[in-house]
Amino acid sequence: MPKATFRIWRGDASGGKLHDYVTEVSEGMVVLDAVHQIQAEQANDLAVRWNCKAGKCGSCSAEINGMPRLMCMTRLSDLPLEEPVTIEPMRSFPSLRDLVTDVSWNFGVKKTIRPFGPRPADAPDGTWRIAEGDVDRVQEFRKCIECFLCQDVCHVLREHHLHEEFAGPRFFVYTAALEMHPLDTENRLGDLRGPQGIGYCNITKCCTKVCPESITITDNAIIPLKERVVDEFYDPIRRLLRGLRSG
Amino acid sequence: MIRTLQDHGIHRGIDVHMECTVLKLLTDDGRVVGAFGYDRERGRFRLFRARAVVLATGGIGRAYKITSNSWEYTGDGQALAYDAGADLIDMEFVQFHPTGMVWPPSVRGILVTEGVRGEGGVLRNKDGRRFMFDDIPDLYKNQTADNEEEGWRYTQGDRNARRPPELLTRDHVARCIVREVREGRGSPHGGVYLDISWIKARLPNGEEHIKKKLPSMYHQFKELAGIDITREAMEIGPTTHYIMGGIRVDGDSQMSTLPGLFAAGECAAGLHGANRLGGNSLSDLLVFGKRAGEHAAQFAKRQAPGKIDEAVLEATVRAALAPFERGAGGEGPYKVQHDLQDMMQELVGIVRNDAEMKRALEGLAALRRRTAQAGVAGNREYNPGWHTAMDLNNLLTCSEAVTRSALERKESRGGHFREDYPSKDPASGGLNIACRKGPDGEMQIRREPIPEMRAELKGIIEENG
Ligand SMILES: Cc1cc2nc3c(=O)[nH]c(=O)nc-3n(C[C@H](O)[C@H](O)[C@H](O)COP(=O)(O)OP(=O)(O)OC[C@H]3O[C@@H](n4cnc5c(N)ncnc54)[C@H](O)[C@@H]3O)c2cc1C
Ligand code: SF4
Ligand code: SF4
Ligand code: FES
Repeated sequence: MPKATFRIWRGDASGGKLHDYVTEVSEGMVVLDAVHQIQAEQANDLAVRWNCKAGKCGSCSAEINGMPRLMCMTRLSDLPLEEPVTIEPMRSFPSLRDLVTDVSWNFGVKKTIRPFGPRPADAPDGTWRIAEGDVDRVQEFRKCIECFLCQDVCHVLREHHLHEEFAGPRFFVYTAALEMHPLDTENRLGDLRGPQGIGYCNITKCCTKVCPESITITDNAIIPLKERVVDEFYDPIRRLLRGLRSG
Repeated sequence: MIRTLQDHGIHRGIDVHMECTVLKLLTDDGRVVGAFGYDRERGRFRLFRARAVVLATGGIGRAYKITSNSWEYTGDGQALAYDAGADLIDMEFVQFHPTGMVWPPSVRGILVTEGVRGEGGVLRNKDGRRFMFDDIPDLYKNQTADNEEEGWRYTQGDRNARRPPELLTRDHVARCIVREVREGRGSPHGGVYLDISWIKARLPNGEEHIKKKLPSMYHQFKELAGIDITREAMEIGPTTHYIMGGIRVDGDSQMSTLPGLFAAGECAAGLHGANRLGGNSLSDLLVFGKRAGEHAAQFAKRQAPGKIDEAVLEATVRAALAPFERGAGGEGPYKVQHDLQDMMQELVGIVRNDAEMKRALEGLAALRRRTAQAGVAGNREYNPGWHTAMDLNNLLTCSEAVTRSALERKESRGGHFREDYPSKDPASGGLNIACRKGPDGEMQIRREPIPEMRAELKGIIEENG
């Protein structure tokens, strides 16, 4: 069987380096299979997070040849195997060990987003009536598997480390799902403009490019949210109305 | 569902201990008083004092080589409960889902949803024959279409049509596939064909229809197998999917036979009998998960905190750390796990018999000896080799329970099929097989009559049946 070299980052928060492992590759293998084979045969303690092996749980995110991707959905046949395949952990989050990163910051951000606030039920039995078209619009956002690859690639987090001031593309998708939900009555536009820092996004679309669920993060979530924020805060008529209301 | 629960939970002040594995349930005076485990991140040991514990740890699929289940399905809950003294029942009833991927090798076992057949997908052997029409059990003859036309109408929502034979129970479809393959009518990689692309002949916008109705299957085959299911047939074969058996619980409160220990979801037993129907697991865990939580809360309110036995904690820590002492020179945990999976697949799989299962018991004893010698390198921080070494004991306990229960049930029923006893035995139909840990740590197997159904429930069944 042919062999290939995998250059895997090993280490922890205090530092680490790339190690080369040579292993056999066969038809249909994905990067996660190679990592598992190396783990089983050469490095039992190689740390890697995974669960479904079918691109559904979002836990096997890594940087493969520098690109943020799911290891379980990256087929070796799509990579140049003449050269070593580099596998590194996501760089926008603190390293725990080897390919495993501490993504808990994301869960903290999620907590700051105002929860779903549905309008009172439409029917006496406590249920609602929604038009199918309205549901379709948010369906795309519900596909998110929370792999955080979009967070990893976004320069606002990756290069500028604005984790304290910027929620990141994943949470704009999440907020869009809530804001555009036909039953929701909550208003999150002030938070988006303020603590969640949507203004830092300069629409580079890098996040959309890496999303394994092909969510059109920028066009369908971020841009409409930015427009709503602008309408709410910069539209002169609205401002006038707000002034009247508060006065 | 998971995300919705998470989205809701984070605003309710629930403490979530992520990536934390429980190794031992702690008991005091015959009831559960806590749980002890470690966090994966740093490998630190963690003690949880609790007046009630709800187990919801899922299934045992990792005991088999070909499975749709994740690495976490190592039967932890079942083994924890058993070790603490609770009963397991129905462990012989393992469900093999008829349609898992078979090619390429690295995706073998990944689930292909029943939805494909529900939308009109058909099973064919290498000669193109819809072999499911050849073997429709008498019991289902009245509800099953006997021609392709009627089956198709059923999938398109015609309430007067009977369902196509592809939608017979999972165990039956799985065995028919095994038969086709064994008799040389399988596909090149040891499966059969599942074809949804043919519906284009029936529906004008068939291609779009398939993509819309089965987006994740379209995606899965495209990405993992390089197959466009709107154009080609899929190759599929059975995969270990679900265990109907597990922790014996009270049907109302979900409490196990050990006071203070509750179980819900796949690790609990009883609801699905010998065979679960598609979609029923999620409804099961929504309904009975809620009940388990409510009853556990009520139970906890009535209890005083119990005493934690330090000696048990120390022994658990010692056993957990032993693989490090043996180091890389010990038995490789992955190797032991693979050997177990190969053996269970081969000897206690879809079609079982007495001789093979007796060999499996000997094999399990040998694997236990090797597990006791398992060694790992590295340190305690996020060390999957170490985690695998610890999980082995749970896998072995569950595998033994499956094997012993399956040996004891000398008939075929639901997910359990024995070629040496191929039909149903009415007397066995009234029995549960129960496993309990004996005084010397040996596994005791008992046959127990199924409790009589309450009159009001019988009434409901009669009304609807
Ligand atoms: C691919 C696939 C598709 C399926 N599709 C359907 C479907 O369409 N409809 C349907 O009804 N059913 C379906 N099923 C079955 C159903 O999904 C499962 O039976 C169900 O999710 C089990 O839920 P649970 O809450 O019991 O356990 P899980 O949801 O599996 O949760 C178990 C949890 O326990 C944790 N855990 C395990 N051991 C320990 C330990 N020692 N310490 C601490 N935590 C531990 C795990 O980390 C995990 O988070 C499917 C199953 C699979 C594998
Ligand atoms: S489009 Fe915005 S959110 Fe997405 S990567 Fe670029 S800056 Fe970040
Ligand atoms: S939006 Fe896409 S890339 Fe971002 S977390 Fe969700 S699935 Fe991953
Ligand atoms: S293992 Fe679940 S997404 Fe890769």
